Amino acid sequence: MSPERCTRGEDREAFLLELRRILPAEALLSDAEDLRPFECDALSAYTVLPWIAVLPATVGQVQAVLRLCHSHGVPVVARGAGTGLSGGALPVADGVLLSLAKFNRILEVDPANRMARVQPGVRNLAISEAAARFGLYYAPDPSSQVACTIGGNVAENSGGVHCLKYGLTVHNVLQVTLLTIEGDLLTLGSLGLDGPGYDLLAVVNGSEGLLGVIVEVVVKLLPLPETARTLLAAFDGIEAAGDAVAGVIGAGLLPAGLEMMDKLTLRATEEFVHAGYPVDAAAIVLCEMDGMAEQVEAEIARARQVLAAHGALEVRESRDEAERRKFWAGRKAAFPAVGRIAADYYCIDGTIPRKRLAQVLGRIGELSEQYGLAVGNVFHAGDGNLHPLILYDASLPGELERAEALGEDILTFCVEVGGTVTGEHGVGVEKLNPMCVQFSAPALRQFHALKEAFDDKGLLNPGKAVPTLARCAEFGHVHVHGGRLRHSELERF
Amino acid sequence: MTIPYQDDADNLTGQVRAACARREPLRIRGSGSKTFYTGPCEGRPLSTLAHTGIVHYEPTELVLTARSGTPLARIEAALAESGQMLGFEPPHFGTGATWGGTVACGLSGPRRPWGGSVRDAVLGCRIVNGRGDVLSFGGEVMKNVAGFDISRLMAGALGTLGLLLEISVKVQPRPECEMTRCFDGSSAEARERMIQWGGSGLPMTAMAWDGRLYLRLSGPEKAVSAAVRRVGGDALVSADAFWSSLREQTHGFFAGAGDLWRLSLPPAASLDGLSGAWLLDWGGAQRWLRAADAGPAEVCAAVQAVGGHARLFRTANPAAERCAPLAPALAGLHRRVRAAFDPEGIFNRGLWQEAF
Ligand SMILES: Cc1cc2nc3c(=O)[nH]c(=O)nc-3n(C[C@H](O)[C@H](O)[C@H](O)COP(=O)(O)OP(=O)(O)OC[C@H]3O[C@@H](n4cnc5c(N)ncnc54)[C@H](O)[C@@H]3O)c2cc1C
Ligand SMILES: Cc1cc2nc3c(=O)[nH]c(=O)nc-3n(C[C@H](O)[C@H](O)[C@H](O)COP(=O)(O)OP(=O)(O)OC[C@H]3O[C@@H](n4cnc5c(N)ncnc54)[C@H](O)[C@@H]3O)c2cc1C
Repeated sequence: MSPERCTRGEDREAFLLELRRILPAEALLSDAEDLRPFECDALSAYTVLPWIAVLPATVGQVQAVLRLCHSHGVPVVARGAGTGLSGGALPVADGVLLSLAKFNRILEVDPANRMARVQPGVRNLAISEAAARFGLYYAPDPSSQVACTIGGNVAENSGGVHCLKYGLTVHNVLQVTLLTIEGDLLTLGSLGLDGPGYDLLAVVNGSEGLLGVIVEVVVKLLPLPETARTLLAAFDGIEAAGDAVAGVIGAGLLPAGLEMMDKLTLRATEEFVHAGYPVDAAAIVLCEMDGMAEQVEAEIARARQVLAAHGALEVRESRDEAERRKFWAGRKAAFPAVGRIAADYYCIDGTIPRKRLAQVLGRIGELSEQYGLAVGNVFHAGDGNLHPLILYDASLPGELERAEALGEDILTFCVEVGGTVTGEHGVGVEKLNPMCVQFSAPALRQFHALKEAFDDKGLLNPGKAVPTLARCAEFGHVHVHGGRLRHSELERF
Repeated sequence: MTIPYQDDADNLTGQVRAACARREPLRIRGSGSKTFYTGPCEGRPLSTLAHTGIVHYEPTELVLTARSGTPLARIEAALAESGQMLGFEPPHFGTGATWGGTVACGLSGPRRPWGGSVRDAVLGCRIVNGRGDVLSFGGEVMKNVAGFDISRLMAGALGTLGLLLEISVKVQPRPECEMTRCFDGSSAEARERMIQWGGSGLPMTAMAWDGRLYLRLSGPEKAVSAAVRRVGGDALVSADAFWSSLREQTHGFFAGAGDLWRLSLPPAASLDGLSGAWLLDWGGAQRWLRAADAGPAEVCAAVQAVGGHARLFRTANPAAERCAPLAPALAGLHRRVRAAFDPEGIFNRGLWQEAF
C-alpha cells in the first residue's frame, strides 16, 4: 500500500503540517527511509510501513498528537522497544506510529514505599539496576528485559522466569497514567495497594495498546533476596520431567523459577554457551529457590527429594553464584542458540494446566513428525507456559505456511486441554485466528464493547488483539476440528 | 473428591434475561453479609444461594473453581483438607458469606501485601452480562493474556458489571509453620519498623499495629525460627485468633459507634493532619480510622494528597457519601464501562452512584 495517502482520505501533507505545529521537526518522521526501522516488531514475518512516525518527548506532545488523530480519524499505534513477538506494534498503513522511545527517565525510586515511578520507555532491566542500591528490584523479568520497555510490559502483561513466585506485570504495577485517544489523562490504581472504582488497571495490563497510551507507570519493588540457589535435574524422558515439575508444585513448593528444556534445545544451547548441561538427557529442569538463607536451604532440600522421587537421573546444585549463573546462561540463551541450528524458527506461546505437560509435549512430538518440522521446547514449566520453537526454512516454498499451520494446531490443542493461546506474548496480529477457537462470539462482542468504552472510533491499534466476528466466521469455515464445526453459533459466509 | 452441588445457572440466566426484557433492575444477593459495605441498591432480589458447589479443584494445579453461591467457609474447608488456602485471606463478615460476594466485594485480609489480593488470585470467571449473555473469560491457567482481562475487572465491581456464575482462582500452599511476634511501641515507631522489615527479605505474611506491633512469619520451620531469632520480640500465643479478629473486624478497635474509614495508601506515608483512633494493617498500606475529628472531605483529601484513597467502610448513616467522586474523565469512563456490560443498568442499580 502506498504510504502517500491515508485510506481514510486524509491528505498526508496537510496532516504533517498540523503535526509540525505541535512537534519539533526531529520528532516527526515521514520519509520512507526513516520509517523503515518501524515497519515491524520482533515478529518480522509481518511488515507494514507506517504512514507517519512521531517521537514526542512530553506528555503534552503525546496529548496533542492524540487529539489531532482523534479529530481527523487517524489510527495510532504505540510502540515501546518493538521487541513484541506477536506483531502488536506492527504499524497500520494509514496511521501514525507513536514511539515512546524518548520517555526513558526513571522519575523516582522511593525505597521507603518500595516503589519506582518511571516513564513508559524505560527498559525493564534499568528499573532493577536503579533500585539495586536500595537493596530492591523489579520482579517480572521477560527474557527480553535488557531491551523491552515497561510500557510494552504493561501493554502485554509480560512475564518471565520469576513470575511463578512473584506474579506477572499486573501483579507488580501499582499505578498507570494513561492518555485516552481523546487526550484525557487518567490515573488508574493508586500508590496504595488498590485503587478507587473499577479495577481498570487490571484491564489495561495486557490490553496491547488498544485502550490508551501509557505515559507513566508506578511499579512495586521487592527486597533483593538474600540468597538464591538452583537445582539442575536431568531426566531420560520429557514426560518424566513434566511430571517432576507438577510434583514440585504439588509438594507445596513455590520456586522463584521452574523451567524446562528438551533435548534439541539442550544440545543447541550447550554448543552455544557451554553451560555444562548433561547433553545425553532427554530433558532438564531448572529449579531455583530464593529468600532467606535458612529458607532456601530447607526448600532446596525438599525440591531435591521431589525431583529424585520423580526419577531424575542426576540432580546438581549450584555451589556458588557463578555456577548458578552458568546454569541459567543456557536457558537465557536458548532462543538464539536454536536460531543457530535452523535457518528460521517460529516461537509459539501457549499455556496449559501443568498436569497436562507430559500429554501436550507428547502431542507436539507427534505433530512435529506429521508436519516434518523439528520442534524445540523451552519453557516456563512451573506456569505451564510453553514456547515450542518450530524450526523451518523460509527460503523453501511452503515451509513458513507449514510452520504456521503446525503452530496453530499446537495452540488449538492447548485450548482443548483447558489452556490458552497466549501466555505472555499477546495476540497482536499473529493469534487472531486462534482467538476464534478460544472465545465465543458473545465474549468477543463483550471485548469490542469494552474497547468502545475507551476508544469509540476504534483508532488505537486497530486490527490487533481481538478478532472481528466476521473474521472468526470466515476462519471457522476453513477450520474444522475433528469433523466438528467450532462455534456453530457464529453466522457464516 | 466428590462434592454435592447444585447448578442453578439456567434459572439465574433466565431471570436476568427476563429482567432485561422488562428493563427491570435486579439486586444480586448472596447471604447479605456485606450489605453494610455495599450500601443499599434498587431492584428485585436475585439470589445466588441455590447455585453452589466446587466445580473443579486440583491441588497440584493450585486452582479452584466454584459456583458463586458456594459458602466461602466450604471453600476454605476444602482447601485446608489439601493443605492449601486462599492467599488473600478474605474476611467473611458473617457466617453465610458466599464465593460470589467475596469476589464482587474484592476485600482481602492481613496477608494481602504478600499473598496478593482477590483480583490478583482471579484466573477466570463465567458471568451473565446485562444483555443476558453467558460469557467465559480467562480460565484455569496461571498465565493468560488472550483478550482483555475481564475476570479481574469483576473483582471489587460489586456485581454492577454482571452476575458472577463461577470464579476460578489461584490458591496457595499453607505454610509449614507460622509464628507471630509482637513489640511495644508508638505508631511512629511501628511505622519505622514496618518500613525497615518491608525492605528486608524476612518471610513475613502480615504486619499490623493496634497499640502494639505484630509481625507474622511463615514458611519452613527452620526459616521461621531463624527469622524469629533475627527480629526478637515476644511470642503471641493465640495468634490465629488475633489475625482473624483483625480480618473479621471483631477486634476491640472496631467495636462501638462512629464512622469507620478505610484508607489505602503508600505504606510509609504520614497522615499527621488526621486524628482519631487508628489501626494499621498491611504493613501500613491499609489503615483504619475510627471517629475521625475531620469531616469526609478532609479525610478524602488528606489521603489523596499522599497518593491513596479513602472509603467510608461502615456507617450508621445510609445517606452518607462513601468516597470522593472520581475525576470527571475517569468517572465518564466508568459510566461507559458499566454501560458496555450492562447497557440498561439492570444490576445493583444505585451502587457506586456516589463515585461516578
Ligand atoms: C528474545 C525475546 C524474548 C522475549 N521473552 C519474553 C518473555 O520472557 N516474556 C514476555 O512476556 N515477553 C517476552 N518477549 C516479548 C516482548 O519482549 C514483550 O512482549 C515486551 O513486553 C514488549 O515490550 P516492548 O517495549 O518491546 O513493546 P513493543 O513491542 O514496542 O509493543 C508491544 C505492544 O505494546 C504496545 N505498547 C508499547 N508501549 C506502549 C505504551 N506506552 N502505551 C500503550 N501501549 C504500548 C504496542 O502497541 C504493542 O501492542 C520476548 C521478546 C524477545 C524478542
Ligand atoms: C434478607 C435480605 C434482605 C435484604 N434487603 C435489602 C434491601 O431491602 N435493600 C438493599 O439495598 N439490600 C438488601 N439486602 C442486601 C443486598 O442484597 C446486598 O447489597 C447484597 O446482596 C449483599 O449480599 P451478599 O451476601 O452477596 O453479600 P455478599 O455475598 O456479601 O455480596 C456483596 C456484594 O457482592 C455482590 N454479589 C454477590 N454475589 C454476586 C454474584 N454472584 N455476582 C455478582 N455480584 C455478586 C452483591 O450484589 C453485593 O454488591 C438484603 C439482603 C438480605 C439477605
